[in-house]
Amino acid sequence: MATATKKKMVQWDPADVKAELLKKYPPKVARKRAKQIMINEALENTTPEITANVRTTPGIITMRGCTYAGCKGVIMGPTRDIVNLVHGPIGCSFYAWLTRRNQTDPGPDGENYINYCFSTDMQEQDIIFGGEKKLTAAIQEAYDLFHPKSIAVFATCPVGLIGDDIHTVAARMKEKFGDCNVYAFSCEGYKGVSQSAGHHIANNQVFRHIVGENDEVKPGKFKINLLGEYNIGGDGFEIDRIFKKCGITCISTFSGNATYDQFASAHTADLNAVMCHRSINYVADMLETKYGIPWIKVNFIGAESTAKSLRKIAEYFGDKKLIATVEKVIAEEMPEVEAIAAEVRTRTAGKTAMMFVGASRAHHYQGLFNEMGMKTIAAGYEFAHRDDYEGRQVIPDLKLDADSRNIEELEVEADATRFKPRKTIKEIEALEKAGYKFKHYAGIIPDMDKGTLIIDDLNQYEAEKLVEIMKPDIFCAGIKEKFSIQKTGVPMKQLHSYDSGGPYAGFKGAINFYQEIDRLVGSKVWSYMKAPWQKDLQLSASYNWE
Amino acid sequence: MRKVAIYGKGGIGKSTTTQNTVAGLVEMGRKIMVVGCDPKADSTRLLLGGLAQKSVLDTLREEGEDVELEDIRKAGYGGTWCVESGGPEPGVGCAGRGIITSINMLESLGAYEESEALDYAFYDVLGDVVCGGFAMPIRDGKAEEIYIVVSGEMMAMYAANNISKGIVKFAQSGTVRLGGLICNSRAVDNEAEMIEEFAKKLGTKMIYFVPRNNDVQRAEINRKTVIEWKPEVDQADAYRGLAKAIDENKDFVIPTPLEIEELEALLMQYGLMEAV
Repeated sequence: MATATKKKMVQWDPADVKAELLKKYPPKVARKRAKQIMINEALENTTPEITANVRTTPGIITMRGCTYAGCKGVIMGPTRDIVNLVHGPIGCSFYAWLTRRNQTDPGPDGENYINYCFSTDMQEQDIIFGGEKKLTAAIQEAYDLFHPKSIAVFATCPVGLIGDDIHTVAARMKEKFGDCNVYAFSCEGYKGVSQSAGHHIANNQVFRHIVGENDEVKPGKFKINLLGEYNIGGDGFEIDRIFKKCGITCISTFSGNATYDQFASAHTADLNAVMCHRSINYVADMLETKYGIPWIKVNFIGAESTAKSLRKIAEYFGDKKLIATVEKVIAEEMPEVEAIAAEVRTRTAGKTAMMFVGASRAHHYQGLFNEMGMKTIAAGYEFAHRDDYEGRQVIPDLKLDADSRNIEELEVEADATRFKPRKTIKEIEALEKAGYKFKHYAGIIPDMDKGTLIIDDLNQYEAEKLVEIMKPDIFCAGIKEKFSIQKTGVPMKQLHSYDSGGPYAGFKGAINFYQEIDRLVGSKVWSYMKAPWQKDLQLSASYNWE
Repeated sequence: MRKVAIYGKGGIGKSTTTQNTVAGLVEMGRKIMVVGCDPKADSTRLLLGGLAQKSVLDTLREEGEDVELEDIRKAGYGGTWCVESGGPEPGVGCAGRGIITSINMLESLGAYEESEALDYAFYDVLGDVVCGGFAMPIRDGKAEEIYIVVSGEMMAMYAANNISKGIVKFAQSGTVRLGGLICNSRAVDNEAEMIEEFAKKLGTKMIYFVPRNNDVQRAEINRKTVIEWKPEVDQADAYRGLAKAIDENKDFVIPTPLEIEELEALLMQYGLMEAV
């Protein structure tokens, strides 16, 4: 099988694949797309430049989502005790209703609104006469029914067009209630070029309205925040299990299984561990500037990465006992993982994968595939920026275009009373000297092989073309791509919502993933996608009277 | 049925001119429906003798889906049907979407049916063509003849020129045409000559020159059109003249809007602006 896969690869030169993808486009579109399709090269000390976070050319069926989806769906969706109220028509609201498989544990308080769908259900007359009164009534109704700690209001496209002042409505209701924090998000779907803008709008408001609201010091010796982990399919539960076993206290997760109080207490943690760099690196920066909490990049997808990230957290605290516990946990967990990986590898080694998802998942999941002996031959992000591809060193060179300027950038300074550097400059320097990296992310490019394809903002046409040409053993993206890919006879795994699987994070998650992918790529069902007469046009039969 | 829309700069006197002209047409025996497309809902005040009309949108909001034609139109001076589209208070919602909704409602209720035996439907439209909603009357052939109310003041002419651009856009895909400019005099120098020249450059004509007269104001205070208030005054004859000119008008054109430089040159030529 391994040889067969290799044979497929040599049939195509990546330059030919790229040319083939661009062939159908008009010259101007082809020129633009060419800058977003990169053949990975192994360069010395530098990474090649890719174009990212730019508008999708109209007419292209993009894989991207909208700003509202990024704000309401991705960032705020997983929070359980905040009433997330959509101000808009019911269609927009339906798609905010648990369509991502964020799991939640209602905890001892049992406060959980994640399975509700709150909407103002705007009608034509609300568009004409303005929706502020209806919004006010809806906030009041939600408050009267549930008495939540907090109500968040999300603007859909028409709200922005007719100019409803949702922020004033929210502020007025917050004042009226006194015991319920109400705030709004101007996350109209048309803002920005992708859902990334929505993440930014969401995180800015969380930082502005919630973080720092609760100064109570929580128990725990090694306190961290986990940023950019959304508890899809229970990923967060597995990570929490490992943290607990290691004696690490997670004060706040942004925003998988998150609660209002977690956000409010985030400033009391001593380290920020960033999972999804794209959706949240700026929050980590703001937490450092305002409260003095350093941040590091971690990755709990893949057993190796999980072990590495745990060691990184332990090294930061520098506590001998913690380091020893972490080593003990890794030693306990790894044998089972490795045994299953070794067994699965006998079937999966040499197989190929493609991943077009998120702005960190397409990177993180390569670790899991590597552990199964599988090679990622093409990957890319839907909504990443250049730094997610090339590494954070390009940030000063990023061009600020009109679309980026349209998204608010918070000006943050050190908090007068609560800013407290968690490490002295000397301690930081000592760690860095020993090779420890703060605020570091090298992007997807260095981790991918020479000659692989890295494609930003892949679309329906290119996806189908890529699969047709390169015939991967598995293709990973989201629900929009799922069935068109499966029709070509290639198994498809959703890495946004995990189909019905998960968790895939941490050690137990890695085992789940190995077994799931083994099952998918080994399945015979995909070979039956074509009827016999589609494969062999020569039909022979005889009339029964002959 | 002729479908007429009156456009022009805000405050130029569209509603006043429309209603007084309608009164003139009524005297000529015409059957008319006036549709006010202004959220202020003051387009039929003179014909109804006060702001007595409940707007289409208010009715829709209160009655829900069960609305009848008689709920949204009211008979005014000389049997004229008066309709006010209505809309949100200033600064909220979307008035344009409101106009679209109310015109669609009128259509579905049969206000334009042949059985209504209308000779004219007049649309009195708010200000400039600011967005899609306000262009509704000139889209999809809701209105086929446009008259622009203008004066010799610079901004009024700018607005008229912009409205002409809107007409060009919709004329290419539909039946809408410019019927002419109505000069509602502000008594500026060389006003009639300048508007005549402006109309010529737009490819149309000044269909009528309405002189400035305080009787218009006096009639308005009495909540009446001039013709109803004092049929014998000179200004009543002026509106009769405008009504006749519109009734007899057969020149409908796709306008040729001016470049800004051209428009300013025109103003300079007629002594409004000093040469640089």
